[in-house]
Amino acid sequence: MSKENPVKTTVYYSTLTGGRIIPCDNTGSIFAPRRICVITLAGSHPVLQSGKTIKSISYQISTNCSRLQNKVSGKFKRGAQFLTELAPLCKIYCSDGEEYTISSCVRGRLMEVNENILHKPSILQEKPSTEGYIAVVLPKFEESKSVTEGLLTQKEYEEVVVKRLKATTAAS
Amino acid sequence: MFPLTVENKHVAQLLLSTGTCPRCIFRFCGVDFHAPYKLPYKELLSELQKFLKAEEDELVSEIPNPPPKKIRLQEPEDQIDGMDSLSQNGEGKLSVTEDGSSSSKNSNLNVCNVCLGILQDFCEKEFIKKVCQKVEASGFEFTNLVLSVSFPPQLSVREHAAWLLVKQEMGKQSLSLGRNDIVQLKEAYKWITHPLFSEELGVPIDGKSLFEVSVVFAHPETVEDCHFLRAICPDCFKPAKNKQSVFTRMAVMKALNKIKEEDFRKQFPCPPNSPKAVCTVLEIECAHGAVFVAGRYNKYSRNLPQTPWIIDGERKLESSVEELISDHLLKVFKAESFNFSSSGREDVDVRTLGNAQMLTPSTRFCFMTGCVLPGRPFAIELVNPHRVHFTSQEIKELQQKINNSSNKIQVRDLQLVTREAIGHMKEGEEEKTKTYSALIWTNKAIQRKDIEFLDDIKDLKIDQKTPLRVLHRRPLAVRTRIIHSMETCYVDEHHFRLYLKTQAGTYIKEFVHGDFGRTKPNIGSLMDVTADILELDVESVDVDWPPALDD
Repeated sequence: MSKENPVKTTVYYSTLTGGRIIPCDNTGSIFAPRRICVITLAGSHPVLQSGKTIKSISYQISTNCSRLQNKVSGKFKRGAQFLTELAPLCKIYCSDGEEYTISSCVRGRLMEVNENILHKPSILQEKPSTEGYIAVVLPKFEESKSVTEGLLTQKEYEEVVVKRLKATTAAS
Repeated sequence: MFPLTVENKHVAQLLLSTGTCPRCIFRFCGVDFHAPYKLPYKELLSELQKFLKAEEDELVSEIPNPPPKKIRLQEPEDQIDGMDSLSQNGEGKLSVTEDGSSSSKNSNLNVCNVCLGILQDFCEKEFIKKVCQKVEASGFEFTNLVLSVSFPPQLSVREHAAWLLVKQEMGKQSLSLGRNDIVQLKEAYKWITHPLFSEELGVPIDGKSLFEVSVVFAHPETVEDCHFLRAICPDCFKPAKNKQSVFTRMAVMKALNKIKEEDFRKQFPCPPNSPKAVCTVLEIECAHGAVFVAGRYNKYSRNLPQTPWIIDGERKLESSVEELISDHLLKVFKAESFNFSSSGREDVDVRTLGNAQMLTPSTRFCFMTGCVLPGRPFAIELVNPHRVHFTSQEIKELQQKINNSSNKIQVRDLQLVTREAIGHMKEGEEEKTKTYSALIWTNKAIQRKDIEFLDDIKDLKIDQKTPLRVLHRRPLAVRTRIIHSMETCYVDEHHFRLYLKTQAGTYIKEFVHGDFGRTKPNIGSLMDVTADILELDVESVDVDWPPALDD
């Protein structure tokens, strides 16, 4: 261990644990280092609850549109599919018959979708905030600040989740 | 000895009487040795007039209304335009000197209708002295110089007109005159002025010199001389981005080559008319070509960017590698600006180590994998330096000065290099290798045996998608890279050091933590743990340039 600095985590490690989260209807969570948004499932998403098994994942969101067809080129990422907050990214089919649509939650251009979860859906549940990410989105430069401002820290997110739980239990 | 012979007499008389200066007359008579041009103007004028008077007893000393036919042996039909104005171009015009006073009959011409004064006063000692004063005041250090002169484009038009005139005259004597038989204005100008500059500044003129003195002439009065060419050859004068005027020398020359003689004569007087004023000097500038300084640097700070980190005008982190090195050079070389480049670069939080003298585990690794080159090669281009000559002792002292001024960076092998040598640095970048040392954290507890297998992996191929941390400014792509060899050093249950030798262009941080699985394989996947990188150091950059200097 280096003597000059006490052990400090790098940007990446803190990204992995300190990423910011946006509370969406389907609780997608996002990390955003340097304008890049990685869309992942947040801990409270139904798919991540114990007992759920994923049958398959599909990026074909409509007859004409597959997120797998997304191709970007060059430094300015031309050709990317444009996403609004509600744009569907993928559909998750579970063995119990339930179907979940994951939306982007972030306005921007689609960089890539994670093909690893197609081949091995269990990664989505085992490592939802790293290898099991869903997509990478690049918001417009002018909008990136407002996107980050709409995000929560892990702590704030946990508070929101707790509040939600309380609200649902109170309502039921 | 006067360079003109009896054959040149008619042409010389014609040109002088239509307002052309002696040196231009020499040019049109094909005088291609330097000596005559260097004589003082007044002397040339009187010698010329003497020459013209001799042998022609019929010629009167004044030239009021000489019977043209007798002297010129011409047919009445072949009367040249200029001849009509001979009586107008008589004594009245010829006697006015530049300062407006009229002197004796051997007085100066007014402004030459071909060179607009450039081969009159602007090539003589007094003007050269003025230019040299400016050069000396500019504060440049130089041991030779190259002179660059720029003339107004309308000179080409006037030259063309004079050529047509002389060609016609010589045609009467069944002599021909090609464009190339005429001595170029610029050439004659340099014949005269180069020795004067050399004498005044005490340095030789050398076409390859990096120090350039540039003199730009303009003649606002005749700017429109060129404009008729645009109507005849419009495609020669297309407006381009950086040009102020479409009438550049090149464009005018092109049009003159295309235009037919009759069309030219219709639009432009042959001979050209005499202007009222001489050229103006638009600018006298000095500039020195860039010089290059190279070396290798070590970086000891984890908080220093390579280039200034400024976002929206606000500096995010103090200083930078390039400023810590270049600021001193900028001062000492008295340069205007600099361009810093290096063989690759490291992140803000990464150190560049490597010191062949100290024996550390990393150095031992470097020795064993066959690379002992400390520091990262860099090259700095110093733009428009005012001081360029340094002894190797002075460069050593400069290196010491840089090293004393900061403990964040250290520089070695500082030396002056040529522009061509810079190519070595960037050459074959993909083939080069680099060595690193990384401090790795694992989520699972590990034992020594869990990392031993990494030591045996040779030439591991990895695929790296553009890391998320640079994706906003790099194209999305997959890069295949090779990890040549690794060596591990166990620290504790959750930490170990990894030394690696990799192909240039490998993202080490991503190889360790996997970048969301977008770099495969990675340390985490190889060990089946979650791994992250806490510290990264560059141990060596395996480029054998610049050459090591023995300190």
